[in-house]
Formats: sequence, C-alpha cells, structure tokens
Amino acid sequence: MSAVYLQQLFPTILGLFTIGAIGSLIFRYDDEAAHAWSSIFSIVGSLSTLVFSLSLLMQGIGFSFAGYSTFPALTFSFTLDHLSVFFVFVISLIALAASVYGYGYAKQYIGKYNLGTLGFFYNSFILGMLLVVTSSNILFFLIAWEVMSVASYFLVIYERHEQANIKAGTLYFVMTHVGTAFITLAFLLMFKVTGSLDFGTIKLSLMTAPLWIQNMIFVLALIGFGTKAGIIPFHIWLPSAHPAAPSHVSALMSGVMIKTGIYMFIRIFFDLLGPAQVWWGVTILILGAISALLGVLYALSEHDLKRLLAYHSIENIGIIMLGLGSSLVFLSFGMKALALIGLIAALFHTMNHAVFKGLLFLGAGSVIHATHTRNIEKYGGLIRYMPQTAFLFLIGAMAISALPPLNGFASEWLTFQAMFSAVSSLGSTMGMIFVLAIGALAFTSGLAAACFVKAFGITFLARPRSDEAKHAHESSAPLLVGMYFLATLTLIFGVFAGKVTGILTVLAQALQNMGMSAETLNVLPSVSAVHLSNNFANMSLGLLFVGLVIALALIGIIVGLVTKNRKLRRDRTWDCGTELLPRMEITATGFSRSLIVIFKGLLRPTRQTHIEYHDAELRYFPKKSVVHLELKDIYLDNFYAPVQSFITRLSNQFKRIQSGNTNLYIVYMLITLIALLVILAH
Amino acid sequence: MTLSFNINILIFWILQLLLIPVMAPFVIGMTRKFKALFQNREGASIFQPYRDLWKLFHKDEVVSHDASWIFLVAPYIIFAVMIVIGAGIPLVSSAFPNILTSDFLLIIYLLALATFFLALAGIDTGAGFGGFGSSREMMVASLTEGGLILSLLSLALIAGTSNLFGISARIAALPFLHSTPLLLAFMSFIISLLAETKRFPFDNPATHLELTMIHEAMILEYSGKRLALIEWAAWGKYLIFIALGANLFFPMGISASLSLFSVIPALVIFILKVLAFCFGIAFIESTMAKYRIFRLPDLLFTSFIINIIAIALII
Repeated sequence: MSAVYLQQLFPTILGLFTIGAIGSLIFRYDDEAAHAWSSIFSIVGSLSTLVFSLSLLMQGIGFSFAGYSTFPALTFSFTLDHLSVFFVFVISLIALAASVYGYGYAKQYIGKYNLGTLGFFYNSFILGMLLVVTSSNILFFLIAWEVMSVASYFLVIYERHEQANIKAGTLYFVMTHVGTAFITLAFLLMFKVTGSLDFGTIKLSLMTAPLWIQNMIFVLALIGFGTKAGIIPFHIWLPSAHPAAPSHVSALMSGVMIKTGIYMFIRIFFDLLGPAQVWWGVTILILGAISALLGVLYALSEHDLKRLLAYHSIENIGIIMLGLGSSLVFLSFGMKALALIGLIAALFHTMNHAVFKGLLFLGAGSVIHATHTRNIEKYGGLIRYMPQTAFLFLIGAMAISALPPLNGFASEWLTFQAMFSAVSSLGSTMGMIFVLAIGALAFTSGLAAACFVKAFGITFLARPRSDEAKHAHESSAPLLVGMYFLATLTLIFGVFAGKVTGILTVLAQALQNMGMSAETLNVLPSVSAVHLSNNFANMSLGLLFVGLVIALALIGIIVGLVTKNRKLRRDRTWDCGTELLPRMEITATGFSRSLIVIFKGLLRPTRQTHIEYHDAELRYFPKKSVVHLELKDIYLDNFYAPVQSFITRLSNQFKRIQSGNTNLYIVYMLITLIALLVILAH
Repeated sequence: MTLSFNINILIFWILQLLLIPVMAPFVIGMTRKFKALFQNREGASIFQPYRDLWKLFHKDEVVSHDASWIFLVAPYIIFAVMIVIGAGIPLVSSAFPNILTSDFLLIIYLLALATFFLALAGIDTGAGFGGFGSSREMMVASLTEGGLILSLLSLALIAGTSNLFGISARIAALPFLHSTPLLLAFMSFIISLLAETKRFPFDNPATHLELTMIHEAMILEYSGKRLALIEWAAWGKYLIFIALGANLFFPMGISASLSLFSVIPALVIFILKVLAFCFGIAFIESTMAKYRIFRLPDLLFTSFIINIIAIALII
C-alpha cells in the first residue's frame, strides 16, 4: 500500500473505534446488539490497525499530520514515526486477540452487567492507547492519556458487585493520577524551556537545555511513567487492578497499557532529552533489576491466578528496563552500536511480553470462566476437561519462563548479551553493577520457571481439587481462536528472531539519540539467526526448533520400533493401598514454600498454623491442621503508610490557619497580594 | 579434497550426535564403580547401566489413571533436549566455531526446558512424592542458574565469545589454568554440576528414601521404556556437564581441526578426562554428607559469590 493511502487509513481506524464506542453506548439497552456492535468494530478496527502498522513497519516509512482546532494550543497533531508505528503494531496484535476472545468471553455478562458500557469503555480504551502512542502534542497527549486511564478505570470496576474490585479501582485511580501529576510537571518543564507544546519542536531545542532541567525531567518522567509501567515501588495498584478487570481487558492492560509507560521512557530518554547521563542508565538498570527479582518472588507466593500473572508483568517490565538501562549507559559513553543491542532487547521484550502475557491472561480467563474461582488451590486436573486451553497456557508458560525456542528466550538472550557487553567493555566499577544485574536476571528467569511449573502444574495437572474443577468444560471457539493466534506468534517471534531484530534495528536507529551508527546487528539472510556486531555471540532458534523436532521424531520412531510389542497399562500406581484423593497432591502453597522460606529476609512471610487435636490435653494426634502462609505488603507498611501519615499531619497543620473567620481570610489575601506585587516588581 | 572434508564433517557429526547417549551409561557405571571402591565394595559391573536400559526397554508400562499427555510426552522431550545439547557442545574437537546452537545461554536454557518438563511430569500423577520432588527440583534449579550462567560468563569474558566451541578453542591456546578467575569459575562450576545432576550434597542418586531425594522422587511413577528414556537422559545430562567441565576449563588435548588423525587421539584424551572427572566426583560424594535441604541455598549462593569475585578479577 502506498504511503498516501496509509495516511488516509489512520483516521479511518480511529473512526472505527470511535463508532464502536459510541454505537455500543447507543445500543446499551439491548445487551446482545451492543455486544455485537462493539465486538465487530473492535475486531475490524484492530485488524485494520494490524494491517496498517505492519505495512508501515515493513516499508520502514512514517508520516505526521495535524488536525485543526479553534484552541491554538490544542492541535490534534499525530506523528507516526517508527517508534509509534511499532507500538501501534503491538497494541493492535493484542487488541485483535483480546477482541476476538472478548466476543465469546463477555457473553457471560449478559443479564448481569451492562454490555453497552463495556463496549464503550473497551473501544475507548484501545482508542486511548492508540492516541497515546501517536500524538505529538503535549496537551493532546495528556487528553489521550486520561482517556486511556479513565476508560481502564471503568473497566477495572466493571464487575462492580464485588467490593474488592471497587477498592482496586480506587487505588488504581489515585495512583494513576499521582503519576499523571508527575508527568504534567515534566511536560511543564519542557514547555518552559522550549516554549513549545509540540514534541517535534521540543526535540529540536531540548537538547541544549541546562543539565539540571534535563535531570529534573528525567526524574519526573521516571516516576510518572514508571507508575503506569508498574515498576517497584510504584507498582502497588497493578496486582489488584489487573485481575479485577474482565480477562480480555486484563490481557490488554498487562500486555500493552503498561507498555505506554515504556513507550514514553523511550520517547523521552532516547528521542527528546539531550545526551544521556550515566546515572540515568544506572538508575533504570537498578530499578529494573529490583522490579524483576521482587516481581517474580511476589508472583511465586501468589495463589490467585490473575494476581500471579500481574506480578509477572512487574517482573517483565523490570527485564525491559534492564535492556533500556544498559542502552542508556552505553549511550552516555558514546557507544552507540552496543546501545543498540540494549534498546533492541528492550523493544523486542516489550513485544514478546505483550504476546505471551496476553496469551496467559486469556488462558487464565478461560480457566476462571470454567471454574468460577481465581484460587489456584481449587483447580487441578483441568488438562482433561480443557485440553486445548491447557496446551495454549503451557505455550505461554514456556515463553514467559524464557524456554527456547519460544520468543521469551530470544529477547532475554539479547538482554543478557547487552549486559555481557557492558561487563566486558565498561571497566570494573560499572562492570560490577552489570554483573549484579546479570545475576538478578539469571535468578529471575530461574524463579519464573519455578513459578510457572507451579501455575501450570497445580492448575492443569493431577486430580481436580474441587467440584468446580470437575465440572469445567473447554472454552468456546472465539476464546480459543484468540489464544491460538497469540500462541502462534510466540513461536514465530522466537523462530524468526533474526528477522524481527532486523526490523527493530531500523526502528531504533531512527531515534534522535541513537543516530545512524555504522555498526549494526548483522542479520543473516536465513532470517532466524541473531548475530551481534561485536562477534561475541550468535544463535539461531530456528535451527534449534528444527533440530528439536527432528530429534523428537527420530526418538519417537526408534523407541516405537524397539518396543513394538510392549504394552501400556493404565492403572493405579503407588497408592499404598488407599484411595488416592486430591488432598494427597502437593498444593501451590506447599510447592512454593521452600523458595519463600529461602527468601524470607526479602519477602517477610507470616505463617499461622492452627492445629486441632483429638485430645487437647495430650496433643499427640492432630485431627486437622491448617497453615496460612501470607506475605505482608512491605511497600504499604514501610513506604505508603508513612507518606500517608505525613500528608495527614501536614494537612492538620494547615487546618490551623483556617479559623472560619472571614476577616482573617481577607488578611491572607492582602498579604498574598502585597507579596506578589513585591515579587513582580523586581 | 572437498570430498574428504565432507566425509570428515559427516563422521564428526555422527560422533557428536552419538557420543553422549552411547557413552553416558558407561560414565555412570564408572562413577558407581569408583564410589564402590571408596566404600570397599566390589560394586556392579561398569556395564550394568546398559543392561538396566536393555531390561527396561523390554518391560511393559503401567501409567497412573491421573496422568495426562504431559507425563507421556515428557521423557521424549527430555531425551530430545539431551541429544540436541550433545550436538552443540565441544566434545572432541573445537573446530566448527559457528554452530548456531552452541551459545552457552542457549545450552543452559535448553537444560531448563528439560527440567521444566521433568518437574511437570512429577506433579502430573498427583502423587505426593512427585510433587515434592518437583518443588525441590525447581528450587535447586532456579538457584543454580545464576551461578552456572556467571561461571560460564567468566570463560566467555576471557575468551571474548559466548560460543562454546569458540571458548574451548581460545582457552586451549592459553597456558594450563593460567589464571585465578578460571580456577574460581571452575569451583563454582563444580557446585553447579553437583546441583544440576542431582549428586551429593544436593541429592542422593542411589536412594529411594522420600526424605532425601529430588530426582528419584519425580520419576518414581515411571516404568518401562519411559523410565529408561528419562534415566538415560539424566545420565546424558551428567556426561554433558562433565564434558563442559573437561573441554571448557581444561581444553588441552582437544582437536583443533576435524581431520580423523587428530580427532581419534582427542577422543581418547576426552575419555581419560571424563574418567578423571568421574573419579573426582566419586571422591567428593564419598567424603561428603548430604546437606539439609535448607542449607543448599548457602552453597548455591557461595557459587554465585565465587563467580562475582572471578569476574571482578577479569574486568
């Protein structure tokens, strides 16, 4: 498709989502009609967004245009450069899968909740995200940011009959606006220095701004967008808000919404601000390492399936930030070729995480839809009742555990390689920081594998632990189609990692601070291999995949021929003469307990044991024993609670000047007026 | 010339593919023999593991009612991973520096792939033992990964490449154990080896006591050909770790080309080095008590710290 044609397609796409949103609001009294309307428009909208962004990505072109407004400051200007198009592509991938899935999934709400409002907020949510990553004007960006945040708030509290969801929504609402406050401050600083609201103009003049302003903008943007991205310690809203939303919305929130924070990190640190400072990179690296390690540790102790996945989003945001941090550090030393590896790793992992986390949330949604509970301990044996969902969830679990040849491994490998290059080329002080970050990432991926053995094993394997699990059934076709789509992508992005990194190289080099560097990642014509420019490493997941398939086939054939006459009998094994009951299986708590005990210094678990005895005096024969293993939220206790009490105390101090006496208030105004006159006179 | 070169490559590839599975039972037999000698026993024949495999392949199987396809497929996946890794690590020759599946991270994560399916298979039948085995396996595996990655990273930093053939070739060009970091990295590698292959002090490979075991607990419900595959793959993993230790840290004697005249003596040297490793591991196992499970993390963190020191000395 030609560029002109594509340029006209973009407003059409935005229009599709708008019509989808408004239409479902109009049909809100007829659930069926509203649902059909919203689904059709979100599916067609995301499909055309996908085609649109893919053809732009493949051709490597972008464009920008401005709309008109009577407000001079508020021009609806869009820029679709490489970075924006990439994020549009990622959003459209997950939006497509989630919309198809949502068509089947949201039917359960018919008669319970209003589907018209769901359709309205769902379409506006996608629209908001698309506007966030394409707008090139500060005010317009903030409006888009609010559309995205508010729409997602209403989606979080959509199942409003549950008190927990309202609470999660409120926390999300407060946190997202605290974040927005920091973002607004960062933008105001930009406006003050450059005198412009347009990102394009800001980009040209912000380079020369004084260092302290650059540093201020860095800190404010880090906190503001970090809150949306869910980095520790600004993450507290994430594990409660993401699970509360309907599952296809959770997939969008965890898969792509938090990535808008990453998008703005890249936009500001690599495209708008001046030359990177060393401490920016190191800060991001350390925050990333902490988020990755703590995120996975919290996930390990979590027994609510969707909360577990939400904590893994924090972990993966941490991994993305490890790539970004390495890249910034390299940039600050002027090593652009190596910075490229880190940035590509971050972008690649952004896309991969969106795909496999989307898949896992959709899978979790199917399980919850079938069993009506989010508690892992109540599942078990679901592989028999929902075989396809189990298979798809397994693919997602393998991808997030970074097991080759799936996509999660490809981007973690690149992240590792970026940090390896830092160790070998940056001298000992900086090198040691990177060694610790490498250690954090290594432990993280090991613990993630442990966590997903737990999540998959306890959910799908062994015997069902509850009646709900016994009566589970396979998901309907739209749900499965959405998941098959994403599962296929995890394999494609892994096996063709070479091709993907090739595209990402072009994209990353278009950023102002990266610039065109002579050295790049070389990509073999075989499209599957990844080579690093410094000749340190190369690998091909495509070759590995082929090798594994051939090896599996050969082993199957040879073993089959050798043991042709042997029989396989299904029977009871190792039952020690009693009936095997679900109670004899290992539980999720039991599975993760040893790791939690090892990390008890970090996690602070509280353990309560209640034992009921047959004879309370003798205490030899326990009748029943209950163990509660819980984690305290150390951030609430040690960070947010003190901040809250400080603000309360401060407010109480200010209460003193409010006597209720009008004369006194007039005195205040007079003093203010005089003070202002004195200041302005100078 | 091209013809002979191709034949050499073919022979080399067949050797790469077959060496690990063919030699693994022998290596386990030798380790057991050495351990028996330390215990003043005569011990079973070193070919006993081959007979065990033969016997298991001729038995029928019993599979639990509760087991799913994961349980049935896992042994094949684990065995396939072992073959693929065996084809991608330096065994007798350090030529072929551009094999695209011999990056050290890729090998470590392939091992994780096998561990992942082994642990799932342990949970699958719903037996208590299997589940606890899986829990312990994942605990040890997740904590080992850091030490293992960093110890191979030390080598990669010295060699300037993360390709295992490249590492082997470059370290071979250096004088014998030329530096302290190499020695430290090797110490840490040995800890990882013992942890990953489930030997003392982490696990007792010769026991079926439920309190002391990790690996045996997970595969308790396997029988017949699947038990054979899973045991064979575990022995293969043991040999893979020994081969990595022998050819990355002590690559002397490894052939620098693919010609038959250098590959055959290299094969002999390789077998001798492997036997030395077996003896060393048997020695460690005979002189050490098994640790309590909650003391294992201390050992694994020690391995991590040793590596950090090693890397600090390199950069």
